[in-house]
Order: sequence, then C-alpha cells, then structure tokens
Amino acid sequence: MSSTDMDTGPVLAADGTPLKKSLARALRRQKMRALMLIAPLLLFILITFLIPIGQMLLRSVDNEIVSATIPRTVQALEDWEFVEGGAPPGEAVFEQLYEDMLIATEQKIHTRLGSRLNYEMSGMSSLFRKTNERRLGRFDLEEPLAPQFADIDEDWLDPEVWFTIQSNSDTVTAGYFLAAVDLQRTPDGIESVPDFSAIYVKLFVRTIILSVTITFTCLILGYPIAWLLSNLPAKSANLLLILVLLPFWTSLLVRTSAWKVLLQQQGVINDILVWIGLVADDNRLALINNATGTVIAMTHILLPFMILPLYSVMKTIPPSYVRAAKSLGATDWTAFWRVYFPQSVPGIGAGAILVFILAIGYYITPELVGGTDGTFISNRIYYHISSSLNWGLAAALATILLALVMVLYWIYDRMVGIDNVKLG
Amino acid sequence: MKLKSLMVGATSALAFASIAQADGHMADSLTVVSWGGAYQSSQQNAYSIPYAEMTGTEFTWDESSAEAVARLRAMAEADNITWDVVDVVAADAMRLCDEGLALEIDHDNMLAAAPDGTPASEDFGDLIVSDCFVPQIVYSTTFGYRTDVEAWNGNAPTSVCDVWNMDDFPGQRSLEKRPIANMEWALICDGVDIADVYDVLETEEGVARAFAKLDEIKDMVTWWSAGAETPQLLADGEVVLGSTYNGRLFSVIEEQNQPVAMLWDWQMFDLDGWIIPAGLPADREARALDFLSFATDTQRLADQAKYISYGPARASSAPLVGQHAELGIDMAPHMPTDPANAVNTFLFNYDWWADNRDDIDAQFQAWLLQ
Repeated sequence: MSSTDMDTGPVLAADGTPLKKSLARALRRQKMRALMLIAPLLLFILITFLIPIGQMLLRSVDNEIVSATIPRTVQALEDWEFVEGGAPPGEAVFEQLYEDMLIATEQKIHTRLGSRLNYEMSGMSSLFRKTNERRLGRFDLEEPLAPQFADIDEDWLDPEVWFTIQSNSDTVTAGYFLAAVDLQRTPDGIESVPDFSAIYVKLFVRTIILSVTITFTCLILGYPIAWLLSNLPAKSANLLLILVLLPFWTSLLVRTSAWKVLLQQQGVINDILVWIGLVADDNRLALINNATGTVIAMTHILLPFMILPLYSVMKTIPPSYVRAAKSLGATDWTAFWRVYFPQSVPGIGAGAILVFILAIGYYITPELVGGTDGTFISNRIYYHISSSLNWGLAAALATILLALVMVLYWIYDRMVGIDNVKLG
Repeated sequence: MKLKSLMVGATSALAFASIAQADGHMADSLTVVSWGGAYQSSQQNAYSIPYAEMTGTEFTWDESSAEAVARLRAMAEADNITWDVVDVVAADAMRLCDEGLALEIDHDNMLAAAPDGTPASEDFGDLIVSDCFVPQIVYSTTFGYRTDVEAWNGNAPTSVCDVWNMDDFPGQRSLEKRPIANMEWALICDGVDIADVYDVLETEEGVARAFAKLDEIKDMVTWWSAGAETPQLLADGEVVLGSTYNGRLFSVIEEQNQPVAMLWDWQMFDLDGWIIPAGLPADREARALDFLSFATDTQRLADQAKYISYGPARASSAPLVGQHAELGIDMAPHMPTDPANAVNTFLFNYDWWADNRDDIDAQFQAWLLQ
C-alpha cells in the first residue's frame, strides 16, 4: 500500500470498511441505544400527555355534530339565504328535518345537538329537547310539516334559528375561537360581542398582568433568601432550605385556606393592624377575595420555584469575585450590581420562567382567594370543562393560552436568551 | 361442636347460594358517586349500610359529584364507565340526559311505589324534571344571618329583600358566584311578580334590570363558589348575611351552635337525586337499579332526614320524618319543605336555565369583572 493510495482512497477502518461509514454506524448504534433508553419515557409522555392534549385542542375547531346529526337538512338548507325579518326555509327543508329528526330522536342524539347549538343561540337546547320522538310521532304526514313543527315550538319558523343551523353546519368551525376572543358571527359578518358579555380578552390580559406581578414579587422576596442560603455555612443553610421546602409538603388547599384565616377582614393580620392602631376598626383592609389575595397566596405557593434555581446558581458564584471587586475599590452596591448580580442572572431567568408558566395556568388558588378581580382565564376554562360542558370553547381558550405562553417564551428567549438559563 | 359449626356453615352456604341465585344477574359491587361530607354519610347511614346488610353488596364511594358531568362524558368517550350510581343536582341530570350519558328511567316500573300503592311517578310528582332523574332530596339555597350584629339594633331580617336593605342591615353579604338564584332574587326585590320572573329575565332589559338591582349591593358582596364558604364566613363574622344550602346552615346553627339564624323567605328550591350512567353492562345496571329502587323508597328517604336537614323528595316520606339521629331534635321544623319555612318558595325553572345558562352566565361574569 503506497502513500498515494492512502491520499486518494477513502480512509479505511480496521475491518476494511470506510472509516466514515463505520463511524456513522457506530454513532447510529449509539443513538439507537440512547433512544431505546428513553423510549419508555417518550412513549409514556406521548400516550398520556401529547396525544390527549392534541386531541383536546382539536376540539376547538371540531364541529361534525351538526352535519352528522341532521345531514339531509344541512344539505337542503344550502340554497336558503338568511334575510333580516325574512322567511324561514320552505317545506322541502322541513321534510328533510323531519326525516333527520326521526332518526336522531330514535338514537337520542337530538338533545346533544341542541346543547351544541345553544352555545351559539340561547333557546336551541329546549327547542331540540321539545322536538322529541313522541311529538314527531303525532305528525300528520299528509299535511304540510312546517306548521306542525311550529306547533311544537314557534321558534322553528324563526329565520335566526335557521341561520344558526346553517352557519354552523361546516365540519370545522372557527366559532369557538371567535367566542374565545369575544367575537361572534352574525348575519352581517363577524362582530364583537356586546360589552355586557365580553369577558375573555379582559381575563387573558388580567392573567398575564397578575402572573407577571407574581413573578416579580417572587423574585423580590426570593432573591435575598437565595443569597442568604448560598452564603450560610452548610449546616444552617440546610435548615433554612428545609423551611423553604416545607410548603411543598403541605397540601395546596391547606396552604390556601391558611391564607384565608390570615388575610380576611376579621383575620389575624387585620386584627394586629387594628390593635397597633395602623388601621381603623371600621376600615379594615380588604386583603382577600380580590387580586391582592391572589398575588399574596400565589407568591407564597410559587416562591420555592424561584428560590431553588436562584440558590443553585448563586452557590456556584465564587465569593472571591465580590471580595476582589471590593479590594479594587468598589462600593458594596457596585460590587453587587456590577459583579455579583450579572452572574446570578441565569438563576433569575430560570426561576422567572418557572414561576411565570406555573402561575399562568393556576386555577385552584385564584378560585378560592381571588374573589371577582383575582380570577384567571384558567378558572373559565375549568368552568367550561366541568360545568357548562362547552369543551370546544374550553379547548379554544386553552389553545390561545398555550400560544400566548409560547409567544412570551419566544420574546423571553430573545431578551434573556434561553441558553443563559440555568436550573442548577 | 364440630358438627354444629359444620351445619351452620352448610346452612349459611345454602342461604348464600340462594341469594346468589336470586341475584344471579346482578353485579355484587357498586360504585356510588356523591358529594362527600355530612351529606354522603347521611346516604351511607340511610341507604348503603342497610342495603349492604341485606344483599352483601360491596360499596365503593367516590366523592366526585361536583365534576360528575365532565367525568361521565370523558368516561363515555373512553368507553370505560366505572361508576354505577351518581348523585347529581337536577340541572346536571338534565344535561347528562340531553347528552345521552344517563339512562332513561321508567319511574313507575323501576322504582318502588308508596306504601299506599301510589305509583312512584305520582309520589315524586313534579320533581321528576328529567327522564333520567330519580329525585332524592329537596334542598334550598337560602340565607343565614348573624344574630349578634350591633348595628342592626336588635332587628332581624325577615324578607329576602333585606339583603338589599343597607340602611337597616348594614354589613358584608355573601352570594354565590353564579347567576342562578341571584338574578331571581334581584328581580323579586325589584318588584317583579313571582310568576313573571322568567319572562322578564328572558328580555335584555330584564337582565339589565336584575344587574342594576345587584349593583346596589355589589360593593358589599363576597362571592362564594363552594357551599362551605358562607357558613365559615358567617362563623368568622366576615359577613353578616349570606346565601348557602340550608343543610350547611343547619349544621352551623344546631351542630356548631354559632349565633346564626335562618332567613327562609323566597328560598330557592333545588333538587338532588340519582342518575345511572348509560351503557353499563347488564349485571351492573341491574344492581344499580335494584339499589336505587331500595334507596328511594318511602322509608329510606325519610330515614335520610335523620342525618341531614334536607327534605325527602317523595310526598309519602314527609310524615315519617323523625328526629336527628345524634342531636335528638325534631327535624321537621328544619326542613325547607316545612310549611312554616315554605311560605315563600321558588323552584328553579330548569328548562329556562338549560336554555339561557350559557348566555346569562357570560353576562354575569362580565358584570362581575366591571
């Protein structure tokens, strides 16, 4: 083998295969092994987390129920056009409606459609419930059907009812997303809902403002504690650390209820303030059942998530740097601000993002101590999931919240740089 | 001795075999969902313990009634229903029935008749608000007030409109953080005739009128979302007047001896009862129906009132209501249905709320945010 062969031909491994290939194979095997190692976790997350969330989010646009329950009516309704104060659709549509409703009532799915359409227009729920098997059974098929439907409920002749059915007959709807940002579809196009029922935009804004406030209060309270922890001898630091972790071991509900006892108008804090004469007895502070209550209780609950990343970063900052700065003539403030603080920024970054993301999705604490102006968008999501059963709207609200968090995360990355964030 | 125990064993085995044969098509365990707390233990005392003694059925209790609707829907979608009998309020029963998630009940054939032979549907009467619903209790949302408020000069509120009377009855109030009941009370106190309340509420002006009335006291209201909050607020002196479920107030007044009294005027009747999830396997469904038939017969419903101050849903149970099992006081005067308490009462219009709940609730939340 001459040296020229070596230069022109590919570099070979010991077994004669090209080195590049052999290396790639070895790496691939390594990658496969790594993948196999994380496979159980990956599958677990995929099956129990990502897929259900994805399915839930898809509900925000899913609208198959209308065209699946009354397919013939939807088709017959295509040519009809809504006119303000105009006529309802003709007899042909009612004939199809009769057919569809016969099948739907037999399968008992007509009420489900009623609940769905009731989200768009009040009254649809009982309209469909009333139009039941028994009443349809009494129809005289020789006679026109429209008046007989009107006998069940006059609303069947209301053009707005038909507009609602028609405009919601697509299998995919933007209606939930519109509702989630206080918009609605009217015969004249998309309009904002009247002021007296607009809530979601306000709630989104409030959720973000309060979450940012909570993040800042956590930072202001957590920073000195973390600094103290990292500068104490190990023994006392561990004791303090246990105190920081203690809230973790107490039930969330107990912690929140404890705040009620402390903060209410006849509570401990107000009693003390009245006793030392800071506050008049008939003018006690409203510290709970409002935004103040939410900020106080959630700051307490989320504080460890700020302290722990800060602590782990601060522990790695050599105390000699500050000492060096001082020996070179810096004042205490300059030494802190120019030398110590910049090194703790990765901890602040990590703590802030943890606290903010946890805060933005919280709902139990705001529900219990938030009153009316301290509740979050997640409280409405919970309401629509558990109480009103409007899962489509809940999914749309959740999707928007998720998107908002992602956008904020992106901005955060631009400002702080996610590479600078250190969890430990 | 040995022979004797062998014989006892043999007879009991025989007895067991005969029960097993009679119940051959029924599951031998039952998962019951309820609200927890004193209410659930009243159900255990009156229904499940005697039923278990009689049939040997094993009971599992789940305290998830508050989110029953959502959970049942999720179970139905996953096609894995783990609950057999679910305690829900009437409005939820209607929604579950509409969604096809609850079994339709033939009340006369599936439930026990009254002792005098009156069929179940007549005995329950109007309280069967949905085809899927087996009524159990009548409870009411009503007001309790502190009896030791100095600023009231020894007066006590006698009308629900005193909630709005800030001159004579100053102090913080508590109301539920949802429109139901509050809107009706507001209109009644704004002078709307009781028969017209829902007609007025149906119009935009009517809703605005109710909110305008509520605006008068909005600054002085603490809004609650859990039934236990008002009793706690009253006991702490945080509020002087507040709405909650009558059973909760009973417990504050009689069991905890707090200086609180009831204001029954225009109490809002509501119903609580059972549903069976749709699509259960036949053996479990049979067991659930058998249990319901037992648990909602005349005597059992009257028995429950020994443990909690909610009125039995059957007309025939009312005369059988006795004394509290532990306190030994007569329960009848504490029932929302007692004639002295039920001078002015109001039953929710379930159909109306089913139609308008989403719309009014959005407006109510927007109003709260203002």
